[in-house]
Amino acid sequence: MGAGAEQFAVRLSGISKGFGSTVVLNDINLDIRAGEVHALVGENGAGKSTTGKIIGGYYSADQGTIEVFGEKVEHWTPRRALARGIAMIHQELQVVPALSVADNVFLGMEDNVGGVLKGTETKRFRELDKRCGFGLDPAAAVGGLRIADRQKVEIMRAVARNARVIIMDEPASSLTADEADRLHEVIAWLKRGGSSVIYVTHFLDHVIETADRVTIMRDGEIVRTGDVAAETKASLVEAMLGEPADVAFPIIPPIPDPSAPPLLEVRNLRTDTGLEDISLFVRPGEIVGLIGLVGSGRSEVARAIFGADPPLAGEIRIAGEPYVDPTPYRSVARGMSLVPEDRRKQGLVLTQRVRANMSLPHLGLVSRWHVMREAAERAKTIRLIDHFDVNPRTVDGDIALYSGGNQQKVLLGKWVYANPRVVILDEPSRGVDIGARRRIHDFIVELAAGGTAVLLISSELEEVMGMSHRGYLMSGGRIVGEVDPGTNSIADVLHRLFQANEAVRGAGAPL
Amino acid sequence: MTASVPTMRLDRHTILGAARRYGVLIIIVVLMIFMTAVSRAFLTPQNLLNILNQSTPLALIAGALTLVIISGGFDLSTGAIFGVAACSAAWLAVHVDPILGLVLALPIGMVLGIVNGLIITSFRVHSFLATLATSLVFRGIAVLITGGFLIPVRMEAFTWIGRGKIGMVNVAVLVLVAFTAMMMFLLNRTTFGRRVYAIGGNEEAAVLAGVRINLVKVSTFALTGLAAGLAAAIATSRISMGQPQAGLGMELEAIAAVILGGTSIYGGVGAVWRSIAGVLLLSLVNNAFNILNADPFFKDLTTGLIIVVAVALSAAGKSRR
Repeated sequence: MGAGAEQFAVRLSGISKGFGSTVVLNDINLDIRAGEVHALVGENGAGKSTTGKIIGGYYSADQGTIEVFGEKVEHWTPRRALARGIAMIHQELQVVPALSVADNVFLGMEDNVGGVLKGTETKRFRELDKRCGFGLDPAAAVGGLRIADRQKVEIMRAVARNARVIIMDEPASSLTADEADRLHEVIAWLKRGGSSVIYVTHFLDHVIETADRVTIMRDGEIVRTGDVAAETKASLVEAMLGEPADVAFPIIPPIPDPSAPPLLEVRNLRTDTGLEDISLFVRPGEIVGLIGLVGSGRSEVARAIFGADPPLAGEIRIAGEPYVDPTPYRSVARGMSLVPEDRRKQGLVLTQRVRANMSLPHLGLVSRWHVMREAAERAKTIRLIDHFDVNPRTVDGDIALYSGGNQQKVLLGKWVYANPRVVILDEPSRGVDIGARRRIHDFIVELAAGGTAVLLISSELEEVMGMSHRGYLMSGGRIVGEVDPGTNSIADVLHRLFQANEAVRGAGAPL
Repeated sequence: MTASVPTMRLDRHTILGAARRYGVLIIIVVLMIFMTAVSRAFLTPQNLLNILNQSTPLALIAGALTLVIISGGFDLSTGAIFGVAACSAAWLAVHVDPILGLVLALPIGMVLGIVNGLIITSFRVHSFLATLATSLVFRGIAVLITGGFLIPVRMEAFTWIGRGKIGMVNVAVLVLVAFTAMMMFLLNRTTFGRRVYAIGGNEEAAVLAGVRINLVKVSTFALTGLAAGLAAAIATSRISMGQPQAGLGMELEAIAAVILGGTSIYGGVGAVWRSIAGVLLLSLVNNAFNILNADPFFKDLTTGLIIVVAVALSAAGKSRR
């Protein structure tokens, strides 16, 4: 198939979709050609994930029609989509961790006689792997694989079902640069085999590198669809924002007086989550970055200081006072905030409204004798909503339906409810749109300017280098060095991290 | 930014959400209209007050149990706590003092609830398993107290809370109204209620927000134990008798009522008044069968079907968008 100019793998006509009273997609017309890599970009909440999920059958459209290989389809479900050759690979991977690679790949399509398994999965897997060439071990448990390899399991699952259209929703968001490169090789391989790939992503570099065509979305509508060759990173950003944009970081406040005593001080911290001998300090008004590859122990440091994982040994001081036996409850009482990495799993209570989410750590501020002072709570909430420009501007909004960026803003509001002295930010701008990202960066500057000690964790080197006064390099659960973002280059830091990583692996790992 | 074109649309999602929230009320109204049409004995103040009065012990338990279930827990021991409290009240009434027996039923129930809570939080046992085990232990304690016999209590002072009336209204119904109001206040107006919802909605997020989840969980079980003790005091006073098998199966009825009211067994969502409505619905079905003199076999069947519908509704409210 696929030779004629009018041959489309998927065609959406007049698709609209709303959740509750919020319109998420408005009159979307989109063609996916057979054999192309088609990127969907836009801010969070622009509707790109929703579009992907409608094509994959996970959401039903309120209006409009879907055509697949020239045929109009009705009552579209993931199962029917798969039967027509459309597979979706989710942001949160949908594998069964306890099962082996081969069992996961053939899950639901095992060879059987009347329901009794024949046990041919390994053999079939080897045949499939001849085509894919990923070289995964069929017997390995998927739970023990790295995220990049789990993605390959999902891709093989799609290939095993003869998928001709593969939708990838933010596949690179939790990958290292190296793993992302390998993902792009897989995408190129799928394309060579004649499949279409719909690539939903925040990473504009990836779009420029891998996609043939790109569709830019904004506020539930398509801005334009065009050849990637005609676009640049700046032109994409401009179209996404709808206004000329600068992708730079805000100017951070001057480095605080180096003789000032530290607000947060950690000495020789050790935990059973793999941290060894962690020592660091943050002065008031200082932004300190924790820099490391995925799995280097950055989030573990945050959790240990905050008391989420109890430290085995070591010493923590806040404003010079020893802080023993930390727990999240005590940390909050001491004016510490931790904005966790995974806002849906660790940050927000999606069954509660915006107001209740924001006040949860500091209910004492908006209650008297444990009875809520609702008026005070509402007033406080609306102030924070306005401060962070949360959209919609509703005190009791249903946060489960908010875009990632707006959810993140609510989470930040929750953690500055009581003017904290120490703020730990773990991936504060992961998976949010450019507008929200800029607001979050401005917020970090505000914090430091107000004298708060900020510990910043980010997988994005540009971000952590661009936003920090000072940085600690982490690898294998240890701090392996210090960098000055003013003088050290990103390439330099990356080089040092990989070296440290090699050294750790060389010492411990079998390969 | 989210595209926010604020339109009020009555889509499937909204309707299902409303059905989940008000479904139990709708079924009650339909059933009441039906009963009024077919029987003259139904819509009388006497009959309606009777229904309310008979529902009191179960409604007390269901009201407090709602807090446990919203926090993501489960309590299978309320029937057994009821049994222990009933036997203790009767024993104390006979051997010490009738009023003391009624009064002490409450703290006895609460202590057993605290035991549940401590086992769940300190050994990190799932509440379903922990309370399944403690329900057997508690039931054994009830048998130990009575030696396996009935304890009749023939005293005026013992029966007033179960049988007494103020004007037309039973004392027990007034107790229920007050207790329900207290539970609703706790859940909707206090910091404690906020934390209960937060733990059920996302326990990890609650921990990271500095909520002392063990304290909150033990408190919800303590309140449920207290409610079971109060329910036992009323029921025992009413029949003037303590028996070790008292409250057998009540734990399941209470759970059924809470679920009928649309409280999610996954936690995070629910309301006390709806659980009370769930109890009233169960009682109404019971009453309808009595008034119509229908085959009691169909009573369980009907109740079961109503629960299936309620659970299906609550599942539909949260599925596919």
